[in-house]
Amino acid sequence: MPAEHHPLLEVENLKVYFPIRAGWLGRVHGHVKAVDGVSFTIHKGETLGLVGESGSGKTTTGRSILRAIPPTEGRVTFHVNGQAVDVTGLRGRELRNFRRHMQMIFQDPYSSLNPRMTVRDIIAEPLVANGMVRNKREVDERVRETAALCQLSLEHLRRFPHAFSGGQRQRIGIARALVANPEFIVCDETVSALDVSIQAEILNLLMDLQEQLGVTYLFIAHDLSVVAHISDRVAVMYLGQIVELAPTKSLFYTPKHPYTEALLSAIPEVDPDQTMRHIPLEGEIPNPANPPAGCRFHTRCPYVADICRSQVPAWQEVAPEHFVACHFAEELTLTGVGGPQNASA
Amino acid sequence: MSTNELSQRELTQQERAVQERESQEALRYYSATQWQLVWWRFRRHKLAMAGGLFLALLAFLGIFAEFFGPYSGVTRNTDYLLGPPQIPRFWDENGFSLRPFVYGVTTERDPVTLRRIPTIDREVRHPIRFFVRGEPYTVLKVIESDIHLFGVEEGTVHLFGTDPLGRDLFTRTLIATRTSLSIGVLGVLIAFVLALIIGGVAGYFGGWIDYGIQRLTEIVRVIPVIPLYMGLAAAFPREWSTQQIYFAMTLILGLVGWPTLARRIRGQLLTLRTEDYVVAAQIAGASAARIIGRHLLPAFASYIIVDLVISFPYLILSETALSFVQLGLRPPDISWGILLQDAQNIRAIEQAPWLFIPAAFVVTAVLSFTILGDGVRDAADPYTVSGS
Repeated sequence: MPAEHHPLLEVENLKVYFPIRAGWLGRVHGHVKAVDGVSFTIHKGETLGLVGESGSGKTTTGRSILRAIPPTEGRVTFHVNGQAVDVTGLRGRELRNFRRHMQMIFQDPYSSLNPRMTVRDIIAEPLVANGMVRNKREVDERVRETAALCQLSLEHLRRFPHAFSGGQRQRIGIARALVANPEFIVCDETVSALDVSIQAEILNLLMDLQEQLGVTYLFIAHDLSVVAHISDRVAVMYLGQIVELAPTKSLFYTPKHPYTEALLSAIPEVDPDQTMRHIPLEGEIPNPANPPAGCRFHTRCPYVADICRSQVPAWQEVAPEHFVACHFAEELTLTGVGGPQNASA
Repeated sequence: MSTNELSQRELTQQERAVQERESQEALRYYSATQWQLVWWRFRRHKLAMAGGLFLALLAFLGIFAEFFGPYSGVTRNTDYLLGPPQIPRFWDENGFSLRPFVYGVTTERDPVTLRRIPTIDREVRHPIRFFVRGEPYTVLKVIESDIHLFGVEEGTVHLFGTDPLGRDLFTRTLIATRTSLSIGVLGVLIAFVLALIIGGVAGYFGGWIDYGIQRLTEIVRVIPVIPLYMGLAAAFPREWSTQQIYFAMTLILGLVGWPTLARRIRGQLLTLRTEDYVVAAQIAGASAARIIGRHLLPAFASYIIVDLVISFPYLILSETALSFVQLGLRPPDISWGILLQDAQNIRAIEQAPWLFIPAAFVVTAVLSFTILGDGVRDAADPYTVSGS
């Protein structure tokens, strides 16, 4: 993380509701509150990890920041070239032209590449699509440069995606995201579909690229060890809201939210002598169309008290840069990942 | 960092292995376009290839029907009414001839029924000549000629026999092939354009527009087809020319055919719209036009083609059936259905079975389309089976 914090992206009270339609006329019967009031800031050049179980709204958050899903409410402010741009307010051509600043790397390396286009055309898409570069030679040059950065060999460029393995395809996806020189990239479960050995390769590539190009990542994942490896700070999401946000070490060693503690306890242990108490979470994640009152985690929280059922916990800073939304953040002593010997970085 | 070195070494090893694995063949496969892959896979489907070739042949024969047939479709040979097929021969009891010949025909009046009955005179041989001059004709409205592929200088040659009015059934069948196939093509095209617009709008925009269009489609679909055809066909004014009726028929077939196709296009669009690579294009800043043209259309083009090929036989059968029950085209137009009108009665079955030859054309054409559609469907999505 850079010494001084220049915010690149500010997300304020982001909400994404999907209407539930039912009945003969398809009237709206309610809303799935996929993202329900999420706020955070990402600084230039850092990686913010976003974790949570399936259905917590991580992917929707990432996609609505990029305006791939229209946000229902809230503001996303982007600081680019010394100007603050309200991404949520952009329309039509303005929006399309702005998209070069923010890109995305997808989870599924198979469905995210158009099987009918050559690798060269896939990578060139962001350049060609919004008319950034009209000259074919320039496009070729830029594509080759980017492919080399992503360790793709040049002879691969005229092939079609079906010639490649998952890891190679993901490199193509990374090259596509990078080709237009974006400041910000959302990595949506970028490595979760890959073999473990390939995961490490891709993660290292992403970190190398960040070092060289200074891009900023929002790294969405459900695998905490992957997130620990790449992130400067980590946000934990539960049922459409962020429950804890802290620098990676602080979050892993001294979690302040019971949900984070449960997630950390679920990391598989490599050392069999290291016995860590596994905290099982009872039941399923509640229905996001009808979230529980009070603290949303109270239905599954092992430390639940009466106040949790009625009052929404405040978002408070309990340690420097360490934010949490829990009534008992100060009282509880929660277990993080062992001692410093477990620190993977 | 050691992990970094490790990944570097793994990569080079991996790359070397990849390079070793790649023969010229693999390279060809890897850089093949969608249509090349489709073609390679289709080519392996021998039966479908045969079906396709047969249809191509039919279409070719149909387009140049007047050239391949020795007579025009309306010329009457009053000496040979309801005459049986004259089969070209090379030899008989009178010896061998290098040039194929047909026997001469004399017509006698039956003393009892007073019907004129053609009898074959085995003593008279009419040699078949090729590229002979005969009745003038115009092909494709531009090429004028009077050269026919084959013919006889004296007497007549009717490969498929003649109909009750003495018209050459061979020529008429070829012309009917052209009419019926072209009605199928035009009908499918009209249905396709309608389906593309209606299904495309519904699938791309979704929401209320989709809802409205879906209900409209359902309304069209629940109308029973036969009464609808009958009603529409009955609405043709009597004074319309055969050409007007021809186009009206294609329009009717198209209007009845679009809902199924529109549904499929809508369904395809709805699934494709949420594909990651379409979202990726959107995030890349592609316009709606670019997304449709570059990502959506190519993705379902193969399905559309399959759909079109499969819907041909229905249209051809519909046309044939309607003309057969005299609701579609009318004489003097010539189509398979019209030719089969002559084969409707018991007398035809008993005395002139050759009038059923057009039915064989209908059956083989429909079968070919079905087989072809099968093969195209198997080949259409080259990305479903990987590594083949």
